Amino acid sequence: MSALWLLIIILALAATGFILGRGRAVASVGGDRRKLHSLPNYYGFNVAMLALVPALLVLAVWVVIQPIMINANVSGHIPDALYSDAGQLNLIMSDVNRVADGLGDALRQGVITAEGIHTLDPETSDLRALLGSVGVAIGSDISADILTAARLLRDQSTTGQRAMTFVVLVVASLGFLAAMRMTSGTFRARNTVEYGVKLLLIGAASLAILTTVGIVLSLIFNTISFFGMFPAADFLFGTTWSPEGRGGSEHLGILPLLWGTLYISFVALLVAVPIGLFAAIYLSEYASRTTRAFAKPLLEVLAGIPTIVYGLFALTVVGPLLVNVFGADGLGWMQGARSVMTAGLVMGIMLIPFVSSLSDDIINAVPQAMRDGSYGLGATQSETVRQVVLPAALPGIAGAVLLAASRAIGETMIVVMGAGAAARLDLNPFEAMTTVTAKIVSQLTGDSDFASPEALVAFALGMTLFVLTLGLNILALYIVRKYREQYE
Amino acid sequence: MNDMTKIEKVAAMQDIKITASGVQVHYGDNHAIKDVSVNIQDKTVTAFIGPSGCGKSTFLRCLNRMNDTIDICRVSGEILLDGEDIYDKRVDPVQLRAKVGMVFQKPNPFPKSIYDNIAYGPRIHGLSRNKAELDDIVEKSLRRGAIWDEVKDRLHAPGTGLSGGQQQRLCIARAIATEPEVLLMDEPCSALDPIATAQVEELIDELRQSYCVVIVTHSMQQAARVSQKTAFFHLGNLVEYGDTDKIFTNPEDKRTESYITGRIG
Ligand SMILES: Nc1ncnc2c1ncn2[C@@H]1O[C@H](COP(=O)(O)OP(=O)(O)OP(=O)(O)O)[C@@H](O)[C@H]1O
Ligand SMILES: [Mg+2]
Repeated sequence: MSALWLLIIILALAATGFILGRGRAVASVGGDRRKLHSLPNYYGFNVAMLALVPALLVLAVWVVIQPIMINANVSGHIPDALYSDAGQLNLIMSDVNRVADGLGDALRQGVITAEGIHTLDPETSDLRALLGSVGVAIGSDISADILTAARLLRDQSTTGQRAMTFVVLVVASLGFLAAMRMTSGTFRARNTVEYGVKLLLIGAASLAILTTVGIVLSLIFNTISFFGMFPAADFLFGTTWSPEGRGGSEHLGILPLLWGTLYISFVALLVAVPIGLFAAIYLSEYASRTTRAFAKPLLEVLAGIPTIVYGLFALTVVGPLLVNVFGADGLGWMQGARSVMTAGLVMGIMLIPFVSSLSDDIINAVPQAMRDGSYGLGATQSETVRQVVLPAALPGIAGAVLLAASRAIGETMIVVMGAGAAARLDLNPFEAMTTVTAKIVSQLTGDSDFASPEALVAFALGMTLFVLTLGLNILALYIVRKYREQYE
Repeated sequence: MNDMTKIEKVAAMQDIKITASGVQVHYGDNHAIKDVSVNIQDKTVTAFIGPSGCGKSTFLRCLNRMNDTIDICRVSGEILLDGEDIYDKRVDPVQLRAKVGMVFQKPNPFPKSIYDNIAYGPRIHGLSRNKAELDDIVEKSLRRGAIWDEVKDRLHAPGTGLSGGQQQRLCIARAIATEPEVLLMDEPCSALDPIATAQVEELIDELRQSYCVVIVTHSMQQAARVSQKTAFFHLGNLVEYGDTDKIFTNPEDKRTESYITGRIG
């Protein structure tokens, strides 16, 4: 029985539990609902909950744990002679898994019988062709060792599956019976359900947190294993980035990438902050209601454009335009369409709505009384904005700018398309440069082995970015929160 | 108004600062002020009283065109300041507000230092030639606002760090610093304790020497204490206007009497 069927059965059990529990509660007080402690539905929910939740938990844990345990067990049976390190063992185990799956498929399609699986001999029959015929392609010939391991895996999986079905059904029934026994007119079903709801919410929150923690931990461990193969000082302070040079002459210095990231982000902020801020000031202080009603959504549409479209725009419109002016025919500062300027300008455009809508909220949060006070003293609108509204909103706006900066630093697509792939430490904004994010993409999209420093460096780069943006976000949140306290 | 001629006679004897005639105010469809005519005298405290929502603040805000900052607000009729129509196209509302200062119900110091709060108006209007003169204006205004002694040692501390009563006196001092001719006060004491209220009332009485003061208040006692003239508003109409003594002892309109004795409102 598959996990899906099991799920359907316990759901059905829960649904039955709802109806029976509700009925039992009402019957226990002779049909007079007013004598019940809680509304009848709560008794139903209580039974459904107790039948469903523990069983589901067991099911979820089992489904995750079983393959891991079986894999560990089976890989212990692989002869040591077949592999030299953990990477090779992994490859062998993935072959074993596929053979086991293939045998299962073959059995289901009737190509082979259960007896046949046990009597299969890799020496005499063409296993590869057999598995190929049911749609499972195996890269190399299957040895007797692998076949044995695959058989073992299949057997253990089948046993595990049966045990799981049994245990889950027992847990569900126990929950169901226990809840039914509890159900009587005086039982506080409402409180139990309330408690259940609370647990559900806590579960969702912890899942979100745990996932984040998991991602960060994997980042950290991979970074550590990268630093095990590559000296940290060379990574952090190296000024050349040339991962191709294999055999000792490898340079994986982050500085050129970090420089590119910061330079492009700086150009982007130079575009986005003034324009976004002025747009926000116009919208919140000067624009009439009708202008605001259509200009604000229009500006926010910019925020909905996928960044790849911005990248296209950078490559096909902004780049050539800049080349016309600054390229060989013009000032001669620019070689190709891809440059820090191209990516920076377009990224700036992307960030305008981000800056403007955050600043708009912050400017609107400045109390009207503040403006009235200024107007009441005979100040003009721009004097009021400059001397009262902006200073009052400044911490919040600084927070908005920092958030925009952290988005600029994490942006990838525009850079890949607009800035080029050359890691360079250069001051000329019309040179092609590249960023940390763009290099993470290129390090992992090649077919290099995931255990090599060339691939693992991506985690170290990711870690650097993470630390950078996390720092900026924390700073921004701190500033914004401090500012909020001022008016509340 | 049947005693208009009498008011006009009295007014003619004294200096009339503001003349409003036939003022109507609409907020969208809401007719907030209905045909109000009133003469406000110079060097006098005039109190506006009336139940909540009757349009006191709205009318007060007409006097320095603060209603211009509200999109949906329309004002018609004529308001003369020293004989000049303030709603005339040639009048710059910004300039007007420098002449007709305003203090609001809730203290609203700017998030700047005490000094900069006071210096805000003088700086904008270029009232001082140098730092020494500005220092002078700040000190004088703070003294007149009866708050100098409390803040003289911390002029550069933020104005928002003062207590509510101190903030309100700071706002009054800030309005005085611009040297207005008229001072409009919208419930200036509603956020203050009795001691601070007494200080502000004393201050208002002093200000009467040199300014035309208009004050909105919900406190009958306050109106009786500080004002010489009282105007009673009801549902957007000016019901009765006259000497404070007379309004409080012998009102002509039944509605005024009911309000003062606490039966409507
Ligand atoms: N900004 C505004 N937009 C729309 N309507 C307004 C606005 N301000 C005031 N009104 C309306 O105008 C009328 C008069 O309001 P106003 O604030 O002048 O009353 P008030 O006498 O000052 O009351 P209170 O004593 O409560 O301050 C009310 O009906 C109010 O709803
Ligand atoms: Mg009011």
